[in-house]
Amino acid sequence: MKLPGARILLECLKREGVDIIFGLPGGAVLPIYDALYDFEGLRHILVRQEAAAGHAAEGYARATGRVGVCLVTSGPACTNLVTALQDAMMDSIPIVAFTGQVPTHLIGNDAFQEADNVGITRSATKHNFLVKDGKDLGPIIREAFHIAVTGRPGPVHVDLPKDILVKEAELIWPEKVVMRSYNPNYDGHPGQIKRAAKAMLRATQPVLYVGGGVISADAHAELRELAELTQIPVTTTLMGLGAFPSAHPLSLEMLGMHGTYYANMAVHHSDVLVAVGARFDDRVTGKVDAFAPHAEIIHIDIDPSSISKNLKVDVPIVGDCRRVLRGLIEAVKQEKDDPGARQSRQAAWHAQIAEWKRLQPLRYEWSDDVIKPQYVIQEISNLTRGDAMIVTGVGQHQMWAAQYYKFTRPRAWFTSGGLGTMGYGLPTAMGVQAAHPGKQVINIDGDGSFQMNSQEMATCFTEHLPVKTVIINNSGHGMVRQWQRIIYKERYCAIDLPQIPDWVKLAEAYGCVGLRVTKPSEVVPAIEKMLSTPAPVILDVIVDKDECVFPMVPAGGANTDMILAPPTREVRDKAEKSQTGF
Amino acid sequence: MSGNGSEPRKHTISVLVENKFGVLSRVAGLFSARGYNIESLSVGETLDPSVSRMTIVVTGDEFVIEQVTKQLHKLIDVIKVNDLTDDSHVERELVLIRVNAEPQHRAEIQRTADIFRARVVDVTPVSFVLEATGDEGKIEALLELLRPIGVQEVVRTGKIAIGRGPKTRVKRAPEKRRVSDDPRVVGFAD
Repeated sequence: MKLPGARILLECLKREGVDIIFGLPGGAVLPIYDALYDFEGLRHILVRQEAAAGHAAEGYARATGRVGVCLVTSGPACTNLVTALQDAMMDSIPIVAFTGQVPTHLIGNDAFQEADNVGITRSATKHNFLVKDGKDLGPIIREAFHIAVTGRPGPVHVDLPKDILVKEAELIWPEKVVMRSYNPNYDGHPGQIKRAAKAMLRATQPVLYVGGGVISADAHAELRELAELTQIPVTTTLMGLGAFPSAHPLSLEMLGMHGTYYANMAVHHSDVLVAVGARFDDRVTGKVDAFAPHAEIIHIDIDPSSISKNLKVDVPIVGDCRRVLRGLIEAVKQEKDDPGARQSRQAAWHAQIAEWKRLQPLRYEWSDDVIKPQYVIQEISNLTRGDAMIVTGVGQHQMWAAQYYKFTRPRAWFTSGGLGTMGYGLPTAMGVQAAHPGKQVINIDGDGSFQMNSQEMATCFTEHLPVKTVIINNSGHGMVRQWQRIIYKERYCAIDLPQIPDWVKLAEAYGCVGLRVTKPSEVVPAIEKMLSTPAPVILDVIVDKDECVFPMVPAGGANTDMILAPPTREVRDKAEKSQTGF
Repeated sequence: MSGNGSEPRKHTISVLVENKFGVLSRVAGLFSARGYNIESLSVGETLDPSVSRMTIVVTGDEFVIEQVTKQLHKLIDVIKVNDLTDDSHVERELVLIRVNAEPQHRAEIQRTADIFRARVVDVTPVSFVLEATGDEGKIEALLELLRPIGVQEVVRTGKIAIGRGPKTRVKRAPEKRRVSDDPRVVGFAD
């Protein structure tokens, strides 16, 4: 069957199970949009800037576990998309991005809206393709989806010259993808799994250190079973939040630069550290030489190049987190280890952790006059019972959201971890909302971060995506301010964003609902109103601009050298003031 | 993880890749993105025309080389990565040298070339072009002797390498041979 290339593309997307494309048309991809005109079964969501298409595809992918798809034109559209591709690369998010390209005979001629797309995206993608023949379209699309979602997931870019989209070609659809050069290893080595199980049972001060790999492998149930079976406390990275319930007695919550005191102390004093789908990022380890210095390190990861990259690993296990954790559970059960003996072996350790938790819980100083940002997050957590899909931008608000939201399940937390892309929040929330129309999707953003993609309020309105945005508004780039305050001796430079724009007016200009609160007593009613509004809402919360994120490990410092919150009043005291209790 | 572990040394890494456009820039990009310096790189087709072999020489300690190997393997178009350095292997490089050849030096150049089994492949009234093959040590020794006479230009192919013995990197031909009868597995002496 001969079809124009553009039609072949759409047929292939449909066969791959794609139901939504995030995109923005332009000259080189007009044949695709012409084919979309009367093509059944694909929803196209028109964004306002190309990076937003990429982030929305990321949100869709993270929410569903399936591949997110975006489509933009050549040249500037592709260069705009690069940020989203690199973001997906750093956070291992499976997306396939299609870009237009000038006709093949013009490639390299400095044609209108031409850029060396595959050259530019090469280092920002897991793999990329330039289609040079219409009959390759099917096999390339098949491979692109296969590569994106298998092994360590990641973004794949397919560049489509305009003449290929117009010319008719045979639709070739291979049933199976066979690539001799790409065969990820899913099953962990049984001998290594056994070694790891023995080490975990021998340990008196073990910790499970869990990253986003557990979420992308859908291994949260296995993780919980293993943790409960072995009674090993669990700390998660920023990307791993939701893999283990925050309120679980074994939970240490987040570790690293802005991690909890008890998580960082537990990791530092551990004798066996089990890293699962995490990559020893510098924001987690701090000074590498001082990270878990006494621990035997077990590292489970699908990507062999992650192992022993930053830190020498004692027991490497290359494989899919879910399968390896299943193997570990079986191996632990086979070891003749009496649960009573296990408990007594770790009793001192659990007592020590409880003591750390009692000494240094997450806390902040309550104020009756000015809204504390942490309080806003706590109330969002209370009022949604930890059941909302939480998206963030990048900055202080992101860290407070990570610290104070009580996560209950995986695939409900969306944040730019590796790349730290400001402006990530709103477009990603659109992707999440498009994937789950009935869910409550809340974008917790900063006034600096939100501004980087605020034009997408228009998309929310026109595409009926009732995303709720809470702007933690401290009139500036708060995280930069915090660093300048603590590390650069209060030499504040280029951080002020005085109340411009008026977010309520801007929201209304985009057809959204705008709300503003300035006093602590208004917070709960405003959040309730926001949650019950069936339209996109911008809730502008004017908060204390001097508030800092604590604990804080200065970059390059050891995790035990945390700067802690000024010890004023315990979080417990504040709970009385909370109108919903938590 | 840099600076710890073993001393840096030269490694010869043999990489089988899909013979597709863009593969070379993927490999080169991998090195440049991480600040690793490629000392030499040569590419050519293998017995299977859909597969190319790259021979890459890179200097690094064991952690750098481990990362290089893993990162190479991570590239989708890379089929196989082999660090030949500590395996038994033969390596060669081809070099073309244009050297001053005034009448009073011609005989000396000729003699030197003979000793190194190099050949004169071009002659002008004032210069010779020599062609020589060998491992790095031999090429360096030849250049050392020619330098006082006046080397005008040197062009080197970069190192290529092959494992010794019956072990082959591409799928072996289906017919069975007894190793001892196979003339290709003996006689590698220079």
